Amino acid sequence: MNDSPGATGLVFNEPLLWEKGKRGRCGMSLPRRDVERAQLDEELMGESPDFPDLGELDVIRHYTRLSQWNFGVDSGMYPLGSCTMKYNPKINELVAGLPGFAGAHPLLPEEHCQGALQLMHELERLLAEITGMDAVSVQPSAGAQGELTGMLIIYAYHKGQGKPRSKIIVPDTAHGTNPASAALCGFRTVKVESNELGILSSRDIEDIMDEDTAGIMVTNPNTLGLFEENIREIAALVHAKGGLVYCDGANMNAVMGVVDMGKSDIDVLHLNLHKTFSTPHGGGGPGAGPVCVKKKLEPFLPVPRIVEEDGRYRLSEEYPESIGRLHAFYGNFGVMVKAYSYILSVGADLKKVSQLAVLNANYIRQRLKDTYHLQYDRPCMHECVFSDKLQREHKVTTLDIVKRLMDYGFHPPTIYFPLIVPGAIMVEPTETESKEDLDRFVEALKRIAREAEVSPELLREAPRRSKVRRLDETGAARNPCLAG
Amino acid sequence: MKDINELELPEDVLYGEDHEWARLEGKKVRVGVSDYAQDALGDITFVELPEEGDTFEKGEEFGTVESTKAVSELFMPVSGEIIAINQDLGESPELVNQDPYGGGWMVLVKPDSLEELDELMTKDDYLELLKGIE
Amino acid sequence: MRYLPHTGEDIAAMLDVIGVSDLEDLFDAVPQACRRSGDLKVPDALTEMELREYLAGLAATIAAPPEYLIFAGAGSYEHFIPASVQYLLGRSEFSTAYTPYQPEVSQGTLQAIYEYQTLVATLLGLDVANASLYDGASALAEALLMAIRVTRRGKVAVSRAVHPQYRQVVRTYFQSTGYEILELPYLADGRTDLSPLEGMDDLAAVAVQSPNFFGCIEDLKKAGEKVHERGALFVTGFSEPVAYGLLKNPGSQGADIACGEGRSFGMPRSFGGPGLGMFACTMKHVRNMPGRLVGQTTDLNGRRGFVLTLATREQHIRREKATSNICTNNSLCALAAAMHMASLGSTGLRELAELNYDKAQYLKTGLAEAGFEAPFAAPTFNEMTVKFPKGFDSTYKRLLEKKIVAGIPLAPYYPELEDHYLLCVTETRTRAQMDALITEIAS
Repeated sequence: MNDSPGATGLVFNEPLLWEKGKRGRCGMSLPRRDVERAQLDEELMGESPDFPDLGELDVIRHYTRLSQWNFGVDSGMYPLGSCTMKYNPKINELVAGLPGFAGAHPLLPEEHCQGALQLMHELERLLAEITGMDAVSVQPSAGAQGELTGMLIIYAYHKGQGKPRSKIIVPDTAHGTNPASAALCGFRTVKVESNELGILSSRDIEDIMDEDTAGIMVTNPNTLGLFEENIREIAALVHAKGGLVYCDGANMNAVMGVVDMGKSDIDVLHLNLHKTFSTPHGGGGPGAGPVCVKKKLEPFLPVPRIVEEDGRYRLSEEYPESIGRLHAFYGNFGVMVKAYSYILSVGADLKKVSQLAVLNANYIRQRLKDTYHLQYDRPCMHECVFSDKLQREHKVTTLDIVKRLMDYGFHPPTIYFPLIVPGAIMVEPTETESKEDLDRFVEALKRIAREAEVSPELLREAPRRSKVRRLDETGAARNPCLAG
Repeated sequence: MKDINELELPEDVLYGEDHEWARLEGKKVRVGVSDYAQDALGDITFVELPEEGDTFEKGEEFGTVESTKAVSELFMPVSGEIIAINQDLGESPELVNQDPYGGGWMVLVKPDSLEELDELMTKDDYLELLKGIE
Repeated sequence: MRYLPHTGEDIAAMLDVIGVSDLEDLFDAVPQACRRSGDLKVPDALTEMELREYLAGLAATIAAPPEYLIFAGAGSYEHFIPASVQYLLGRSEFSTAYTPYQPEVSQGTLQAIYEYQTLVATLLGLDVANASLYDGASALAEALLMAIRVTRRGKVAVSRAVHPQYRQVVRTYFQSTGYEILELPYLADGRTDLSPLEGMDDLAAVAVQSPNFFGCIEDLKKAGEKVHERGALFVTGFSEPVAYGLLKNPGSQGADIACGEGRSFGMPRSFGGPGLGMFACTMKHVRNMPGRLVGQTTDLNGRRGFVLTLATREQHIRREKATSNICTNNSLCALAAAMHMASLGSTGLRELAELNYDKAQYLKTGLAEAGFEAPFAAPTFNEMTVKFPKGFDSTYKRLLEKKIVAGIPLAPYYPELEDHYLLCVTETRTRAQMDALITEIAS
């Protein structure tokens, strides 16, 4: 353990903001007052909010210390399955902060924001090329809003056909947000189970697809890290009954330059710029969830659309069948700049990105499959799903295993998901981890498996080296304390 | 998780397939969840109950019970009207874990008919069902 | 490619372990019919230097400060961001982490979000705020859907003085639900006309924005009373939270849910996004609230710590019955807002809000003295509607050539408001700049 990245140094304590400070301090310089005070109706005036008053250094130390209790991709390997925690290039941050981009007011006349419109338009074209789809909207704010957009497009399509439909098929290997997004759009979800290979069978779809079913939401590659090999047969069955095929493309990092989603007969697809296209996850956002569609669904895309004519760009709302607007203004433009910058940096090596992401996942799968149970023991895409089945006999669970991984200096994988693998440990290394880092990770997990046999309490009491030990989540939920 | 032989399964209640129990008290029926259910759910953090006066069919959802990582629906073992709910669970949802057949009861029902009780399981039948799950 | 650490030797060794001979073999599971027919048609990779140059060129085509003097707000305000906030936000321990599902190694994000929730609840005068939603527009849509869950009623009423794009987003979210949206007109003074509420049944919520899109401060207290008479929830929106450094907060005026755009605290305008959906409500309704929540608890050793809590409302547990489908939200933006609010403090926020109000009053008075009409009589905060003489659009264009953006025209959103413009002044505008604007408009 001595040579693992996990080590404990000096950890600072830091109280809550309002446990510091003194009335009358101010932590920032305000612009000069160069006008007289004006009167405001007393009736409208309130007290200033009771915030703590802190000096600038108080604020700097507060957040610097807090940041040191966090684990990010820049701290170490973060193999959180289905989240694609790849390296976030620093140049992307720099260009998003260019005064023209960062300072742009969203309601400028079009001739005064051509660069912004051009960037969004070109990003849409690049995403269409990368996915093999026909048209793209970069407006949705995150993956789940992309899913909602896709569901609304499917709803609008069926309504346009004069036959609104009430149900949608969602497999057990779909992302967790899928059923909620479908329900938000008013669809009733029909669950379908994957087969013994961990993928969907055409026959199962045939059995449940009917003319009141709007379509299917497939995550491909799915949450077991497996490619849905029968996707075209499934699409044909769904299409034959008038339905549409939605693909959750959160796992696109596995198949860039390899799979053509258009040829795979997908009708609607969403991407996550914060996963595949390297924009930082920000501790839970902001992200962006572009939606890509086939030609026949283009009229339904959100407005405003960005239209190019002779090298000039304009915004257009002249799409009467559009589902409307999902975000004030145009979406998370700052995130789009970063993704665009990434694509331009990588170029045709995007295929290499996917190849190496898949290489890394298969390498881990191969090296650990004798140590941790692998429910679906077959070559994977960008992630693989182990479980605690072998360790449970020592009364050690997935939770214990991954908490121990923290002591070794790694962020835990995604756990207990997908639900079809009891005690799932879902590992997605991404392409930006080197072989040496993968070897250290594998070594740590092997040592943890040995510890589970000889000294399981090391796992059950883990982590020991972090800022805090395991936390009482039951107490937090029984007596919620949500503000100080 | 408790082993099957560690489960407390009293004989003065009847059991439903969704792990609810029902106890006849005079002409009323008291309802809760079994020791198996509370153990499977883990530490219960919140119980959502209906209002007095609500009526439900047998098998209908009448509330939910939450742990930190899961939510489970509660299903009526008999049809009838809710005449009382266990107010203590608002402050102390842990009663369901600590005393599932006593302080952890959920609702008191005025049943539409007592015959529906015959469709529920005795302790032995329920034990068989649980063995099937294992 | 510098982001890909693999050497040829590494790849060979790893393929060997896996037992295949070529990278292409890793994709055997992908049927031929699903594969691309040719190589990706993307531009050749740029070097970092080329990339900077190219993107700087694109950025330079956009009219932005300091080159341009912008008097436009309309939901996107130019506020001063201190270097300290920008610096702290760049700490990659925050930015390169994800959702804090593993609390032991995420205490930084968790404590920061807990503090953010507290600051927002305090700012808005309500019990509890969530960890953020996407932006002010989707926050309003989520608030109305929440009110429908709470009241089990099927109609909502939204003021026409709510940001037009927020209303568009509400329509998008509602189109497939079967719930009905009614619009409340505005009065001659620029405030919402609540009289149509009389006789409206089955109302789940009424939404009013203050300051509203015209810049007018609504009489929230009176509005709240009328809304509650209908048994509906009172939802108050905002696009300029700095106003609550000076104005009575929504909670004290009877709001059940307050939601809006938080970008004004610490985030650049960035062509409209990312923003920050602020969302707060009373504790009574917390279990119907959308979005993540962080709560305080203790660890094994009894030390204070923070965790995600009440997660059973959320999509990953309650699936199709969740209170929202939101997963990734705008966490880093919430962090920026918290850092900015912490830097301001109570004293600083009051001064900032007063600066905004006083400067905007200076421009309003100046324009009035120059003969330009303020059509709405209701008091304003840092934005105002001005009616210019017919043909002002040519003046507007002339000013643009002088690199001054004289607000935004309202006619595209309100056809009846021909020649009406919405102007904004924040603490970043100087007296000299405002004098110049008045002179230019009058000339």
